[in-house]
Amino acid sequence: MATAAAHAGHDAHADHKPSFFARWFLSTNHKDIGTLYLLFAFSAGIIGAFLSFGIRMEMEEPGLQYFSNPATYNVFVTGHGLIMVFFMVMPALIGGFGNWFVPLMIGAPDMAFPRMNNISFWLTVAGFCSLLCSLFVEGAPGASGAGTGWTVYPPLSTVGHPGPAVDFAIFALHLSGAGSILGAINFITTILNMRAPGMTLHKMPLFAWAELVTAFLLLLSLPVLAGAITMLLTDRNFGTTFFDPAGGGDPILYQHLFWFFGHPEVYIMILPAFGIVSHIIATFSRKPVFGYLAMAYAMVAIGVVGFVVWAHHMYTVGLSLQTQSYFVFATMVIAVPTGVKIFSWIATMWGGSIRFTAAMHWAVGFIFLFTVGGVTGVVLANSAVDKYLHDTYYVVAHFHYVLSLGAVFIIFAGVYYWFPKMTGHVIPEWAGKLHFWLAFIGANVLFFPMHFLGLAGMPRRYADYPEAFAGWHKVATWGGHIFALGMFVFVIGVVLAFRSKTRAADNPWGEGATTLEWTLSSPPPFHQFETLPRIVDEPGHH
Amino acid sequence: MSDPQNNSNRKANRTALACAALVAGMTGLAFASVPLYDAFCKATGFDGTPIQGVRRSAAAPSVDDSMVVRFDTNVGGGLPWSFKAETRKVEARLGETTTVFFRATNTSPTPSTGIATFNVQPGLMGGYFVKVECFCFKEQTLQPGETMDFPVVFYIDPAMRQDSNTSHLSEMILSYTYFPSKNGAPATAALATGGEAGKKSNF
Repeated sequence: MATAAAHAGHDAHADHKPSFFARWFLSTNHKDIGTLYLLFAFSAGIIGAFLSFGIRMEMEEPGLQYFSNPATYNVFVTGHGLIMVFFMVMPALIGGFGNWFVPLMIGAPDMAFPRMNNISFWLTVAGFCSLLCSLFVEGAPGASGAGTGWTVYPPLSTVGHPGPAVDFAIFALHLSGAGSILGAINFITTILNMRAPGMTLHKMPLFAWAELVTAFLLLLSLPVLAGAITMLLTDRNFGTTFFDPAGGGDPILYQHLFWFFGHPEVYIMILPAFGIVSHIIATFSRKPVFGYLAMAYAMVAIGVVGFVVWAHHMYTVGLSLQTQSYFVFATMVIAVPTGVKIFSWIATMWGGSIRFTAAMHWAVGFIFLFTVGGVTGVVLANSAVDKYLHDTYYVVAHFHYVLSLGAVFIIFAGVYYWFPKMTGHVIPEWAGKLHFWLAFIGANVLFFPMHFLGLAGMPRRYADYPEAFAGWHKVATWGGHIFALGMFVFVIGVVLAFRSKTRAADNPWGEGATTLEWTLSSPPPFHQFETLPRIVDEPGHH
Repeated sequence: MSDPQNNSNRKANRTALACAALVAGMTGLAFASVPLYDAFCKATGFDGTPIQGVRRSAAAPSVDDSMVVRFDTNVGGGLPWSFKAETRKVEARLGETTTVFFRATNTSPTPSTGIATFNVQPGLMGGYFVKVECFCFKEQTLQPGETMDFPVVFYIDPAMRQDSNTSHLSEMILSYTYFPSKNGAPATAALATGGEAGKKSNF
């Protein structure tokens, strides 16, 4: 990698691409690996979406329609959660956009360890295969697949699932976790050591900041998950009793370990989105982002505080009043840096010369929806309220607003923003906007009624429910259909982009787009920055 | 030309090594959390873990302050025992030791070894419920048809009245569950059968 930059005489070979197999299966090029991650995330997302479609079809009416065994319904819920978290959002935002644009934005020729980058990707794919295997082997007695929920709590995941499905799921998490840790090491090394001359940390684009903080969160939290699920594995297969009271263990310990990972994990999913939305808002407001340093350090603050709030997922396990008070307070503190970000995005738009492109639609939609999800998060942070809402659809609505409508909206925003840069083709604006409106209306119709269901007492992870909940469940299912329709528009837009003769300009978004990737051709050369760019002080570089 | 190149490679390797050390450290901490959590629970009574052995209390007992302690007994994991307390509840004066007997009978034709786990409810009482002596500290083997009485000697720390989490309480539950011992002789047999999917699915 860096050797290529050193041999300036070989410029002619800059765009020399290896053969198909070597390029896509033995890839060490950050852009190709990024593309692989994005394609992988899209494929996994389709499977995860089909699982959620199964959930929504079943929940449309009370009674059991499609699932003869409710354990299989729980397998769908578990598969949907694990796939969307570990094999869709993370590969898309970190592996996909991170690999593509962190080196470009900081002016680096490639990632620091290109071959390790390749291992990260294929470990993720191997993990996904293991998870798919788990769907087809016995889990709970008489049903195939792991129906433990993405949290994999014992004793349901130990004595409740004697079959090997949970072992496959644990193995899937081990593999993808190892891939993410290697990827995180790669990002940190790249960002700390390979920035272009003159690009100090305080001049670095916010997306690179976001990926840096995310990589540290991965590094600190994933080993704890790995430890917890390894204990689960030995409890299941080798007679240890880490979480088994019969041998002096404690199932609550698993919950502490899991959520010590699990809470930072939700920031791992949303911080890269924060980075992307900052660039889109700044580009289409034709203004540098408001409060650049505050924006960067707000992400650092969210990352730090995110590690000391885990027990707000466990208010019902019998914590003392003082412990609960602490976790309520610490959780609410996170609303402060998050508020800094929301207000800074709005302040960036204020007085800007705003263009409502497709990407801007998605970004502004994200701000609105993420704020809704954030507000219900503050509601749930109260331990007294949470005891009533714990494990109800209110929680489901909350985390789908911040993830399904937060992270996923920004994945699409990123696609519409960077598609011309990545491919050199242009998705028709009407397709992006139509997709946005279908997704925006569909997702709100899908998830907003879940607040009502949760407040009325509808619990999570049940295949059946009393007649009283039928109305809003039906509405939610209609919303799911509308959202799915939007996906077809997206695919049509991409197909039209590749078929049209229109080629993207190097910088299709005009003077608002100031980061380094827009100084390169569209698509960028196979190896870029043979001569490193030099960053000089100019206002509005972020 | 190779000098700055090597230099930057060295820097990158250093960063990567530091990251790897961080990962190793966090993995170590995850496993260290098991004994740490155990020690933490035992020291503070967190999560309903009763205090073991004699602990000197800072608070003086008031003369006629007492609490009702109810007893809950269970047998888990397919152990062929019957297990009961001699009484369903006692009125225990704060700060005074109380002795209660529990009776276990092996109802099967083979000897078996069990070990009891214990817990108090509400969990916040764990720090004030002190067990001076308990059968549950070690495993017990019963011959076929054998019956044994086990004493539990405990007292309730009067300091509970100064803790706003527990001061209002007038009743609590001490719960025991006997499991087949995994370290004694029958444990391997229990594990071997437990490993079969057919057996385990009985849960």
